[in-house]
Amino acid sequence: MSTRLAQGGRLLNKGRAMEFTFNGKRLRGFEGDTLASALLANDQMLIGRSFKYHRPRGIVASGGEEPNALVGLGTGNKFEPNQRATTTELFNGLSCTSQNHWPSLEFDIGAVNSKLGRFLPAGFYYKMFIHPRPLWKHVYEPFIRRSAGLGKAPTERDEDRYEHLYAFFDVVVIGGGVAGLQAARSAAEAGAKVLVMEQTAHWGGRAPVDGGTVNGQPVDNFVDETLAALRDMPNVTLRNRMMGAGVYDHGYVLGYERVTDHQPSAPGPRHRLWRIRAGQIITATGAIERPLSFAGNDIPGVMLASAVRDYAVNYGVSAGDRTVVVTNNDDAYLTAITLKKLGLDVPAIIDARSAGGGALADEARGLGIRVETGKGVAKVKGGKRVTGVSLCNQAGEGAEIEEIACDAVAMSGGWSPVVHLWSHCGGKLVWDTAQAHFRPDVDNAPTGAKGEAFVIAAGTANGELSLAGALADGHEAGREAARRLGLKASASDAPKGDSPAEAAIEPVWMMPQGAPIKLRMKSWLDYQNDVKVSDVQLAAREGFESVEHAKRYTTLGMATDQGKLSNINGLAILSDALNQPIPQTGTTTFRPPYTPISLSAIAGEARDELFQPIRRTPIQGWHDDNGAVYEPVGQWRRPYCFTRSGEDNHAAVSREIRQTRARLGLLDASTLGKIIVKGPDAGKFLDMLYTNMMSTLKPGKCRYGLMCNENGFLMDDGVVARIDEDTFLCHTTTGGAESIHGHMEDWLQCEWWDWKVYTANVTEQYAQIAVVGPEARNVLAELTEEDISAETLPFMGWSDITLDGIPARAYRISFSGELSYEIAVAAGHGRALWDRLMEVGAKHDVMPYGTEGLHVMRAEKGFIMIGDETDGTVIPQDLNMQWAISKKKEDYLGKRAQERSHMADPTRWKLVGLETLDGSVLPDGAYATEEGVNENGQRKVQGRVTSTYYSPTLDRGIAMGLLRHGPDRMGEVIDFPKVDGTVVQARVVDPVFYDKDGEKQNV
Amino acid sequence: MLILDCPCCGVSGEETEFHAGGEAHLKRFGPGSSDAEFHDYLFTKENPKGVHLERWRHANGCGKWFLAARDTMTLEVYGTYSAQTTEPPQDIKDKISAKRPGWSWREFS
Repeated sequence: MSTRLAQGGRLLNKGRAMEFTFNGKRLRGFEGDTLASALLANDQMLIGRSFKYHRPRGIVASGGEEPNALVGLGTGNKFEPNQRATTTELFNGLSCTSQNHWPSLEFDIGAVNSKLGRFLPAGFYYKMFIHPRPLWKHVYEPFIRRSAGLGKAPTERDEDRYEHLYAFFDVVVIGGGVAGLQAARSAAEAGAKVLVMEQTAHWGGRAPVDGGTVNGQPVDNFVDETLAALRDMPNVTLRNRMMGAGVYDHGYVLGYERVTDHQPSAPGPRHRLWRIRAGQIITATGAIERPLSFAGNDIPGVMLASAVRDYAVNYGVSAGDRTVVVTNNDDAYLTAITLKKLGLDVPAIIDARSAGGGALADEARGLGIRVETGKGVAKVKGGKRVTGVSLCNQAGEGAEIEEIACDAVAMSGGWSPVVHLWSHCGGKLVWDTAQAHFRPDVDNAPTGAKGEAFVIAAGTANGELSLAGALADGHEAGREAARRLGLKASASDAPKGDSPAEAAIEPVWMMPQGAPIKLRMKSWLDYQNDVKVSDVQLAAREGFESVEHAKRYTTLGMATDQGKLSNINGLAILSDALNQPIPQTGTTTFRPPYTPISLSAIAGEARDELFQPIRRTPIQGWHDDNGAVYEPVGQWRRPYCFTRSGEDNHAAVSREIRQTRARLGLLDASTLGKIIVKGPDAGKFLDMLYTNMMSTLKPGKCRYGLMCNENGFLMDDGVVARIDEDTFLCHTTTGGAESIHGHMEDWLQCEWWDWKVYTANVTEQYAQIAVVGPEARNVLAELTEEDISAETLPFMGWSDITLDGIPARAYRISFSGELSYEIAVAAGHGRALWDRLMEVGAKHDVMPYGTEGLHVMRAEKGFIMIGDETDGTVIPQDLNMQWAISKKKEDYLGKRAQERSHMADPTRWKLVGLETLDGSVLPDGAYATEEGVNENGQRKVQGRVTSTYYSPTLDRGIAMGLLRHGPDRMGEVIDFPKVDGTVVQARVVDPVFYDKDGEKQNV
Repeated sequence: MLILDCPCCGVSGEETEFHAGGEAHLKRFGPGSSDAEFHDYLFTKENPKGVHLERWRHANGCGKWFLAARDTMTLEVYGTYSAQTTEPPQDIKDKISAKRPGWSWREFS
């Protein structure tokens, strides 16, 4: 069993006990524990079930690379799934639950999958579950959906706070182990502004556990001393519990700081995302130990040798009473020695190397530990817990020589440098044959804006596995970073590390070497996703030779641990199966983040009212006070309608429209885009921008125009007013103001830069109020003495007037079909004018209306709306708007495109009006179907609904749509199937439903 | 996330300040051009692994468009220059040649 030892535990405060629960069971740990160490101290080795076969799984590692020990942490609005027990610091009151099992962790029905393992080979989704289709839908998919997935998604809103922080440093050191600390020190001594981040709560990395001396002193002393020196330097910032999540272009680094995860009641944000620019980045990210591939290597109790050592030294926890060590290198001997010295039993060290180990092996033998060389583990015995291992010859096929009873296995397949952050932004790797791992290719570092290298790997992460080498490398990395920044490198000497010399590793990718299929099917590579040696070999046989293809086919390395333990072993197996050297196979791509970071941290403060800035019109205060129901339009919130008590939206919209058509309506049109285009070439420029002729417009007049992109498709529309010979005011859609202004600037700056034109987006400088309805002129006449009669200010004209002392510009334009004046005043006067119009309008029964009223009224008139009738694939000709396309102009944006064969195709869908036979409202987006099916077996379509409303004016549903040969099919009845399976019939009609001759707007 | 220098206002800014605008030095084909010319103008864009000339707008800054000579592989920025020009300046071409001898991009080399 795993238990707490009487001695040891360098990270613990045994004076402070902590209570926590696992699946409701009350357990105790100490301050300084991780959840994993506390669980092990309570003999809770079984933590969860695997993804595919639901096999029992225990803790394997002691850090972020842990694939198995994932728990649901917290409850209610603090619940978070898939949290790694190994990186969760214990706190009082922590509550967690195991995942991926049913009905219980101890007894799981899904484990039957394991027995069916041979029917669930690599790529089984692709192979078995495609045909017949009904089986997929009704049998396979529900089965897979229920058994798939790791933790459950939280159901409650996350109430914690998160933040982003921007920071700039000369040097960012990722990793606070001995190499990182030394690198930081030598860089800081040169005067650089340095940030050091360490993902755990503790500094020094794993060197204090592994032992050795620095300058003749224990490693812990060196760490304390270096930290003290760094803390004294004003140019150094130290941050623990902060992970380097990613390295990006030009020295951009993401740091993920877990501020209060370890003390949830403390003030402050839970997570902080640091967005850092660094001159140089030092990745001192250490190395990760690899598992060995032998049968049963996933049984709870089989752990990485380094993790067994970490739990013993750091937390005073033994993984088992009798631990067998299996290795192909010297490092794992440290685990055996550590355990033995703690009084624990180590029945044997099984060393796959026939020559065995060096100095550490001698020390182990000296302690009386049995060392078997040239041997391997044929298989691990046990179910939910290891009961023994079967010893065999590594060179053989797994014939059992002897069974060694044990309750834990410490394995080591060698060390892989953590090259992730080096590789994120393009750093290349080399295969180090002697050490059997990929390490950074120092000649091919990621490059920055000037083509200079901006990442330096240091210490173990650079393949320097010895204490002395790591320290020297870290020291030099700091000096090199300083030199690259143009500083004078530190003159201090590197600290001298000393640790026992180690004999060479012998790569072992499969144990035993000739393992038959029965063993290979139980030799796990990826624990979380249940990928075995046999799966990768099968993928290779089936032609998935690229490592990226094999990964996706087998799901190797696709779990939440992203293959930190499995990738190198997997690609070695793949290389062997393909009979090619490992570097030729290469690695899959390393992508940020290094380990998962919370979505909330990515969102930061961007939620609720801070999600995005809201633009308010000068009149919005009135809307707020008068029942406005808002809808988002770009970054604006526009009133959809103004409801009164006892009224729903539909009733309010109908009331607003009826009253506007009968008497007087007011619309806050301030959000409409307003762009001034000025200069001697302004007319020529607008002729290129709009499909119709703008240069012939007379000052004092307005003209409706369409704007297309170079592809010929409609992008915006609006009314252009000519202010004077050189000046035009272009109205755009509410959402289009910024993009159309950008579009204008693009052409002016990049194509016609010799044209004398100046543009200014003045959208927010003006408030604009549409005064609409038969009483519009009467109400304005009460506010001005100027002549606004139809003769002086006719339809499609504009005039500067004064309204109750407020300088205003009145445009006689109409989007409703009624007599209408759009009044623009300086933004500061907007509210005053609105209030006056409401006051004076009272006797005309003035009615403010919202965007829905605007939409319905324009649809009644058959006016198109950009975004409804258009979707980026519609040209003006589709909307029968040839009248708005100048025939005289040689060129305009989109003209050439509209001559392309498909654009001139007579079968393009064209705009029509639609009237349902039963008067109902057609569903939005409904398709007009016709007989027959297409190549995909779907019903053929001949058109679709683009706008559909209930018209209170006509008391029936009206719609517009695009229909093949539409304008030629007036009177025809078309079928529109609804999602409920019924069909609505509609007659093709003229899209202008109301006042076809336009008499009302032109009075 | 790139850092770019705006040649108009002189600001050295984060990529989030800028807006990418695709290939630089486009030659516009309008009415009168052949189908093939127009098709190439609209749709056939350079997508090199290496030296690329591209358009950027300092959208959240001075608002001006400019051009950049950049390496899509190494992320090196050889230089940024005015959008009101029909070819990259000689000093930027020299800089590219020093790093990527024999480079070419459309008609430039």
